[in-house]
Amino acid sequence: MTTFKDPFDARYRLNSRGCSCGQHGSEAEHVQAQASEDARTTRVVEGAVMRALFPHDATRRAFLSAVGAGTAFAAVNALFPLASATEAFAQAAKPEKTDLKVGFIPITCATPIIMAKPMGFYEKQGLNVEVVKTAGWAVIRDKAINKEYDAAHMLSPMPLAISMGVGSNPIPWTMPAVENVNGQAITLAVKHKDKRDPKDWKGMKFAVPFDYSMHNYLLRYYLAEAGIDPDRDVQIRAVPPPEMVANLRADNIDGFLAPDPVNQRAVYDGVGFIHILSKEIWDGHPCCAFSASKQFVTEMPGTYQALLKAIIEATAFAQKAENRKEIAAAIAPTNYLNQPQTVVEQVLTGTYADGLGGVKKDPNRIAFDPFPWESFAVWILTQMKRWGQIKGDVDYAKVANDVFLATDAKRLMAEAGLMPPETTTKTFSVMGKPFDPTKPDEYVASFAIKRS
Amino acid sequence: MASSLSLRAGLLSVLIFAAFVGAWQWATLPGAGPGGGAVDPEYAALVSGAAAQGAKSAFPTPADVAATLWGHLKDPFYVRGANDQGVGIQLAYSLGRVLVGYLLAAAVAIPLGFLIGMSPLTYKALDPFIQILKPISPLAWMPLALYTIKDSGVSAIFVIFICSLWPMLINTAFGVASVRKEWLNVAATLEVGAFRKAFLVILPAAAPTIMTGMRISIGIAWLVIVAAEMLVGGTGIGYFVWNEWNNLSIGNIITAILLIGLVGMALDLALARAARLVAYRE
Repeated sequence: MTTFKDPFDARYRLNSRGCSCGQHGSEAEHVQAQASEDARTTRVVEGAVMRALFPHDATRRAFLSAVGAGTAFAAVNALFPLASATEAFAQAAKPEKTDLKVGFIPITCATPIIMAKPMGFYEKQGLNVEVVKTAGWAVIRDKAINKEYDAAHMLSPMPLAISMGVGSNPIPWTMPAVENVNGQAITLAVKHKDKRDPKDWKGMKFAVPFDYSMHNYLLRYYLAEAGIDPDRDVQIRAVPPPEMVANLRADNIDGFLAPDPVNQRAVYDGVGFIHILSKEIWDGHPCCAFSASKQFVTEMPGTYQALLKAIIEATAFAQKAENRKEIAAAIAPTNYLNQPQTVVEQVLTGTYADGLGGVKKDPNRIAFDPFPWESFAVWILTQMKRWGQIKGDVDYAKVANDVFLATDAKRLMAEAGLMPPETTTKTFSVMGKPFDPTKPDEYVASFAIKRS
Repeated sequence: MASSLSLRAGLLSVLIFAAFVGAWQWATLPGAGPGGGAVDPEYAALVSGAAAQGAKSAFPTPADVAATLWGHLKDPFYVRGANDQGVGIQLAYSLGRVLVGYLLAAAVAIPLGFLIGMSPLTYKALDPFIQILKPISPLAWMPLALYTIKDSGVSAIFVIFICSLWPMLINTAFGVASVRKEWLNVAATLEVGAFRKAFLVILPAAAPTIMTGMRISIGIAWLVIVAAEMLVGGTGIGYFVWNEWNNLSIGNIITAILLIGLVGMALDLALARAARLVAYRE
């Protein structure tokens, strides 16, 4: 889990995966094994400071190797009062308002938001949060904009779209934390079990949860890489996740790229099979997000901070593999996801039936990482541009900065009297094609199939 | 003769019901699994019984649904968190919304209908608006309502309001406009004041038509609330249906359908009773 890394360890890479001691499968597990919750909070703040000071790994490594972690810590601490910054984060101002409503869509992406209620993460921050199940993305957007919800579970492209006024009035929106990475899949109807090559998918009908969703962009990307034009050769329509299995069953659609538990539910009911997990398209892609209006963030900083802390702690808890079964039991009942427990468990533990008679194991089927990398936002914006959802010139970096990371980290730093950090970006590749967040226009231009 | 007719009709109803349940039972009989047997037990443990047999999960049998229904009726008022409440509570939420929207609509439609009915000028002037607004599906108002009212609860009530408005308005206007001329003339010769005329002559004369409008409206309102709640979510019987759809729980959905029908019938009967109170013979 990138956010919880030790930034004072020279061996750590800020920008990619891997455990430093070699005993753990991933960095996240490594940190989880060591860090208590307080230490984790400290780590988040330290990480932000170090990223600000050393946006480039090489420089930081050189610095740390040259002077040693202890000296580095002392030096940085002398420059920036890390302790008080950490304290400012840990002992947030008293929440201005303790009775909150947070909206969610019943899918496993919302795991941290949901589980924080039955497992007491909100309560620990002195918040009385009501998590409200909501019927669809358009409704959750409208309810959040109408201030019926103080914060809401959204698809990570939605805060960008809302801020830019794409598909709604422009309202400054923020995304302080990503909920989950990976955790989606392409599911096809059982009758297509011999059509495993996307080149054979011409004329099929697919569903995605929303137009402004990672699902839409990932499916389009996957199809386009196979030479299928997602607008001309196939039909892609927005269908709310709860209705997807019913539609697949009724043969209204041939498949979908959907959030879980929808995919696993299709398998559970013998309606579909899991073609690929979304991590096979882009390992580590963001999906859903915890979002709030800019107004909420600026007018109720104490409440916002407490809420974000609860979410970050819940996310950290959810990332631990050994907690996954307990979480599945907590969020499966009618009050939350309303799914058979085994379905949720298969999604979270990554030991799942594939719908074709096999049992697969992939512990990283879904992972939880709250860090809102700005490069994620830039990638999403390039896809919005690629498929003609936004027209004209886009100031990628500015929008990403406004919506994703900036509000959170910058405000915390400013509160503690620090210099706001540099933007935080990382490079990654989608289906083997590298993405450089500093050259978004070239990236869009490099695709053969596009609408802009 | 009359008693024997209702007896026979009752018998026929029972027969139809039995035939329906029988056909349902027959249609949902567990068929022999197509492959069966050879499935990996580890895989079978992860999917539903039907899927383990290589089939799609089955439609519930009448007995399944009866058990689900009984489960809900046994404990209709439980609250297990904001998103999981008993079916009785959900029905109460829906009824509350319907009544508020409906009564508001009545408060607007009946006086306005009076006005329109008594003045041919306003009748003609407002007619095109009413004709355009009347056929709009109330759910089409929902996005607009959410956008402008900015509150989903009020939006749901607004949708009920707007759909109950037109039948009451049109029926009131029609009833008032078609009060017999002789009665109005008599009132005029007796030099009855405008208010007395409205309340003592026109209102009683138009009451049966107004009640018909109210009865149509409550039916529409009850139809619409389910759809509106499925859209907005949160509470209500419509939300319950949506939530169980989410879980693909057909048994629960059938239960909800039955209850929706029963409540709708009760509402209609209540207004039919009320209509009988104001009926008169010429």
